Amino acid sequence: MEMIELILGKYNYWIYIALMMIGFYATIAKENLIKKIIGLNIFQTAVFLFYISIGKVDGGTAPILWDKAVLYDNPLPHCLMLTGIVVSVSTTAVALALIIKIYKAYGTIEEDKILEMGEEEKTPTPGSWPQGSR
Amino acid sequence: MIIDLILLLFLVVSALAAVLMKDLLSTTVILGAYSLIMAIVWTRLNAVDVAFTEASVGAGITTMLIIAALSRTKRMEEDQRSEGIGRNSRRSEFRNFLLFIVAFVTCGILVYGTMDMPDYGDKNAPAQTHVAPRYIEKSYEEAGAINFVTAILANYRGYDTLGETTVIFTAGISVILLLRRKR
Amino acid sequence: MKDNIIVRTISRILIPFIQIYSLYVLAHGDLGPGGGFQGGVIIASSIILYVMVFGIEEGRKRVSEKTCDLLNPSGVLIYAGVGVAALLGGGVYLEYAALPIEPAHLASHLGIYGIEIGVFITVSAVMMTIFFETARHGDD
Repeated sequence: MEMIELILGKYNYWIYIALMMIGFYATIAKENLIKKIIGLNIFQTAVFLFYISIGKVDGGTAPILWDKAVLYDNPLPHCLMLTGIVVSVSTTAVALALIIKIYKAYGTIEEDKILEMGEEEKTPTPGSWPQGSR
Repeated sequence: MIIDLILLLFLVVSALAAVLMKDLLSTTVILGAYSLIMAIVWTRLNAVDVAFTEASVGAGITTMLIIAALSRTKRMEEDQRSEGIGRNSRRSEFRNFLLFIVAFVTCGILVYGTMDMPDYGDKNAPAQTHVAPRYIEKSYEEAGAINFVTAILANYRGYDTLGETTVIFTAGISVILLLRRKR
Repeated sequence: MKDNIIVRTISRILIPFIQIYSLYVLAHGDLGPGGGFQGGVIIASSIILYVMVFGIEEGRKRVSEKTCDLLNPSGVLIYAGVGVAALLGGGVYLEYAALPIEPAHLASHLGIYGIEIGVFITVSAVMMTIFFETARHGDD
């Protein structure tokens, strides 16, 4: 009986953790660089969902002042996750710009091929860049 | 509650589809749908400011950025198993299995961590009783704003918002430095 | 997409309404959901729609590179400037009660508006800049 209560009280946290692990697996196991960034994005939005669900109160309304409201939701996680979304989009933008530069320098965006090409060339001499980048 | 469960199931299925597909353009479109359903889930949780931001940023800007990056690099992800002859392909499968075990163990540790957490929607959880009642009660007199989230962002935690604006500005400068063509 | 007359006509009608909506979202930031960040992203989306329909050269004629470069840091400067104005008024950094505005309960309200305008300008300029830099030019 208390097993069913445990599951009913916490099943949504487990779904959010499953979403996080899908994004985490995509970040570490896939070799295409753009797929890694997509996995990072899924991971980040799942973490925001987890935090916002912590702030929910049974029977509460949206955190805007209203004279017919009895109980409000917690506004603090909303504020923190707003900053998180902004940082997430900034990180994605800079990462994609770096991927475009890597493609111009190496000609491929698969991670293992880039590592092989890097080993073959050893260290570049000062003043020269690998293979024809602008 | 049934609607919430259906929306969460849609989220999990579309995240899985986005990770397993090889055509990156289809993955980007599915990621846009994922962001939009995530914004609907946040509206169901009464987080309207965050849902507004995610609908405009996640389903708009991120999708556009990934498509722009795809147009300058390759569209298809290369198959990880077709290149290897014998030894290489076996090593790649073993490595994927090992990383799957790592993700599974992390999942187990996190689920063990949620056993101590308060139940979903509990009124007396520690997150709801320390500093949030002061923000809810005094926000209109001290900050003058009806929306509590804007009052916290711009008045009580205004310094954090200055840092966030600087982070966006730094991202813009970095993209200019990396990609601008010289005439 | 220059040859597609439906897309061209509809976006010509819709883009002014999108921009007015973004200003509405900015102005009603403390009365409902919204604020500086959401308004900035929406007005950047309207310019991105214009560039997608009419081409990147047309877009560059409307929003030149120098405009974007000047608007990028101005938002952060306005934000920090509100804080410095509070310092000059005698309080700590970003304390709205010390701003030199007469009715005391209005000072916090106007301080919040100043901050939201700063965030709006920076976010819209940076989103436009990122789009223009990552988009593919004709000869790339």
